[in-house]
Order: sequence, then C-alpha cells, then structure tokens
Amino acid sequence: MKEKLGGIMLHQLEGSQAIAKVVAMCRPNLICAYPITPQTHIVEELGEIVRSGELQNCEYLNVESEMAALSATIGAQAAGIRSYTATSSQGLLHMAEAIYNASGLELPIVMTIGNRAIGSPLNIWNDHSDAMAVRDAGWIMLFAESNQEAVNLHIQAFRIAEMVKCPVMVCVDGFILTHAYERINIPDQKEVDEFLPAYEPHITMDTANPLSIGTMVPPEYFMEVRYIAHLRQQKSISIIEHVADKFADKFGGNSGGLFHKYNIQDAETIVVTMGSVAGTIRDVVDDINCESGNKFGVLTLISYRPFPQKEIREALKNAKKIVVVEKALAVGIGGILVQEIKLSLAGINVNITSVVAGLGGKPITRSMLYDCLLGSSHEETKFLGLNDDLVKKKCLFACDASVI
Amino acid sequence: MFQVRIHGRGGQGVVTAAELLSVAAFLEGKHAQAFPSFGSERMGAPVMAFCRISSREIRLREPVMEPDAVIIQDSTLIESVNVFQGVINNGCVLINSTTDISSTLNIKLVTIKCINATAIAMAHIGRPLPNAVLLGSFAAITNVVDIESVVKAIGMQFPRAMAEKNIAAARDAYTETKSAVAV
Repeated sequence: MKEKLGGIMLHQLEGSQAIAKVVAMCRPNLICAYPITPQTHIVEELGEIVRSGELQNCEYLNVESEMAALSATIGAQAAGIRSYTATSSQGLLHMAEAIYNASGLELPIVMTIGNRAIGSPLNIWNDHSDAMAVRDAGWIMLFAESNQEAVNLHIQAFRIAEMVKCPVMVCVDGFILTHAYERINIPDQKEVDEFLPAYEPHITMDTANPLSIGTMVPPEYFMEVRYIAHLRQQKSISIIEHVADKFADKFGGNSGGLFHKYNIQDAETIVVTMGSVAGTIRDVVDDINCESGNKFGVLTLISYRPFPQKEIREALKNAKKIVVVEKALAVGIGGILVQEIKLSLAGINVNITSVVAGLGGKPITRSMLYDCLLGSSHEETKFLGLNDDLVKKKCLFACDASVI
Repeated sequence: MFQVRIHGRGGQGVVTAAELLSVAAFLEGKHAQAFPSFGSERMGAPVMAFCRISSREIRLREPVMEPDAVIIQDSTLIESVNVFQGVINNGCVLINSTTDISSTLNIKLVTIKCINATAIAMAHIGRPLPNAVLLGSFAAITNVVDIESVVKAIGMQFPRAMAEKNIAAARDAYTETKSAVAV
C-alpha cells in the first residue's frame, strides 16, 4: 500500500515484504531459497517478484537444505554474479561450514538473518543466539533497529560487501521486525541503481581461463590469510561509515554506520544494545530522563562485525555507568556483547552491568526495563523477566554439589 | 498513541485484521504498527494480534500491554483467555457475539459493545469471517480511523471479489453500530 508524501514513496508493508522488495532492487542474479521461520516470508516474496518478471536476469533456486542454499550461493558468486540468500536459527547453523567458506573465499554475498533462538528446546521466537553462534566466521554483521533500517541496510550491505570483498549478514529480529506491518519508505529503483553499480567480480570462474579457488593453504600461509581477513575487516570500519554517509546524502535519513547515538552527550548512564529492542529502550530512557532528571543515553550497535572498538570507547568513555542489554547468552559465562564492550573500555573506570533479555522471544517490556535501569541490584548478570519460582523448582536437583 | 489488541482463533483473520487497521491508519497519514503475537498459529487455536496507531513515529516494540481497545472475534474465548487484561480505564471492548452479553461481564470502567459480526459476514461473504466486519464497528465506536479508510484498506489488501463483499459487510456493521451508539 503506497502513498506519495512530499516526494517520498511510503508504503505500509510487512518487514519481510519490504526487505524482499529492496533486495530485488539490488538486482541479484541468483536468489537461493530454503524456507525456515521467521525468514520464510522474505524468500516467498522474492519468489513472487522473480516469477512476475519484475526482477529480470535472476535465477530463483529452490534447494534441499540451508547447507545447499549457501553452497549454491557461493558457487554463483564465485562464477561472478551477485547472489543472495536468507535464513534463521538452525538454518544458519546448518550452513556453518559454508559460512566460513564464503568469507574465506572473499565472496561478497549478502544474506539476511531473521534472528531466532536455537533449540533445544525448540523455539521459533526471536533472540540473537543464531547470529552470535557465527560471530567469528569472518562475515560483516549488521543489525537493524527498525524495518526502515533493515531496508536501508540491505542496499548498503551489497555496496559494502562488494567494496570490502567480504560477505555481509544483515540481522533483522525475527517476528518483531520480519512480521511487523509498518510505514516504510521504499527507495526508487533508479536511485538504487545509481547507489549500487553493477557487480564487477574480482574473480570469475571461466572455462576459457581456468583457475582454482579455495585450494589447500599450508601452514606457511594460512595464518597470513586469516590476518589479512582481520585487517580487511578492520579497514571496513571506515567503509561502513562512508557508505552510510553516502546513503544519507542520496536517500536522506539516518541508517547504517557503526552505531546510533541517542542522548549520549553528557549521559551518566549509557545503555548499549543491538536490534529492535533499541526503540523500546529509547522510549524508556526518555521517560526516565523526563521524570527523574537522570541522564541516560542509548548506543545502538549496528556493526557488530567488524566490532568498532576504538569508536565505541570514544563514545562511551565519559559515562559513569554502562548497561549492556543483549538477546544472547554464552552459557557458562554470561552475556556476549558485554564482554566485548568491557574489552573496548579496558582501563577506564566505569561500572558495567550485563542484562540478558528476550531469550526465545520473552517479551521485553518498558516496565521491566524501567525497573532494571533504575534498580540498585548488584548482580553481575541480570536476566530480565526471569520466572524465579520456575527456576527454583527446576533447579532443586541440579545445583547442589554436596550430593556428589 | 492508540493501542489495539485483537483476539480470535486461527483462521478468523486476526493478523489480517491488525494489518488492515494499520493500513487504514497509514492512509490517513498516521504511523501504525501491526504485529501478530507470534504463536505457532493453528486453525481454531487462540490467536492475538496488535496494532498501534500514532501521529508520531512508533519506536516501542513490546506487546500491547494496556490496550485502549480490544476486539474479540470469538466470544467463546472470554472463558479461556484473559481477553480483558490491561484494558485502560474508559477503554472499549468490541465483541463478536450473537447476543448482547455486556451485562453478564463484570468489567468496570470499560465500554462494551457487542455485534453479531458472524451473521453479517455470513450474509455478505457467505463464510464466518468476522475480521473486516468488526473493523467497520471499530471505526464507528472509536473514531480512530474513518470508515472510508477501512474500506479503502480492505480494497487494497483483498482480491477484488472478496474485497467487495467484505466492504459491504464492514459498511453494514458500521451503520448498525453507529445507530446503536446513537440510541
């Protein structure tokens, strides 16, 4: 449903439909599809777009598994065409080996992740466990705060991937964003074409000029290959910023880049988070600042890989307290993002609190966040909205060393 | 911000109702956010969907905790689901019911309106699909969206033949509710 307002084409669309539309505008030549909730609507819509002829010169490939989906995407990209796929949760884990291959082969694939928990127990709802499980695989990983940002990030992702020669994952909160209908500005095809030039592959498989890619690399060179990948990711920090700036110049708005800063100038407490919960946190922080005269700010990380350590340190260094709210848990240690924030702030005297929230789709409400941010609890890691009674009941048998 | 929670059963178009409402609000230049309760939806199982409407950008992503209005597409849910949870004082509840059951419900400070949406749906659509019908009533009692926006949204979201029947049903429900409110 579209409406032209002041030169901007606004639509009321489901997040997945909007993402599909904009992926098609990036003119991939191969879309590889294997369904898994909550990502399925994206590839379904892309199937419609290809079938209707709206997207030309694109092969829509149905495969038998996620492993095949990413492998076929790798093959196509290595053959020199712009390629795309999408997945969620166990689907991402099923791709694990191919995920490392895509980055190791320097193939600028773009993949959407409709973020979802990982079983067992089986759970289809949102958290960031899937993306976190592949955080060290050498992909650039961008997290969208809203569906508008998800749309904008996909256009930026193809540009970044092709500039850096590195695959990019665009992480979009499953259901909360993928299934939400909201007002979205879909850019003009002509403008997307101007922003994203035709793909010029740096390697092409060609029978006339045969070459081998992905051959065995012995110990003399392997570490160097990895080091170069690391350097390239670090260099991509400035490219991600540059692409976001160019995007803003062309399309307006404020999306992408390394992170969003909200009221962090002079903030005593800064909440650090990723993804769609940032909006709810901003509402809570506004209430707190308005009612209590406290000074709270929010830093929403977009670029999780590369992790912009120096820039984060600069943004957070004057705060007295940092609260990291994240939708993932490293069982046996605690939050994941919080460890990286601590590393970024090493040597700075600041109180850092870890909040694990929203696992397996547990709602993150304003009142929970309000209590959490203003509370005086000194637990090292808080689990937001945890049902303590249930935990006590289930824990009786498990947590007593004296029975051994 | 106006917040709506819609209760119904899988197959009744609960999620579609929330989406239609968001499109109607969008057509009036408002910000609207519609989203399902994300269950594994099965035919006949209780389903919820939400819609927020605001003149400003909506950043909030929590489920609707304190609805201004609740739409109940199947009155048998009242026995099994806490459909009135969190409704604000002076909020309103719209129930699809064959009879006026408002006096049997012990709910205070809330306006309750019953309409036989299934009968209206059967008359126009020939199937017991009360979702678009109830949006006609919703437009009549809340003034949050205009009936013409609801009609336009149905026209955009549904295939033509289905849209026409649903539009006629929604208009009927609108008129019936308006006249009942006037009395």
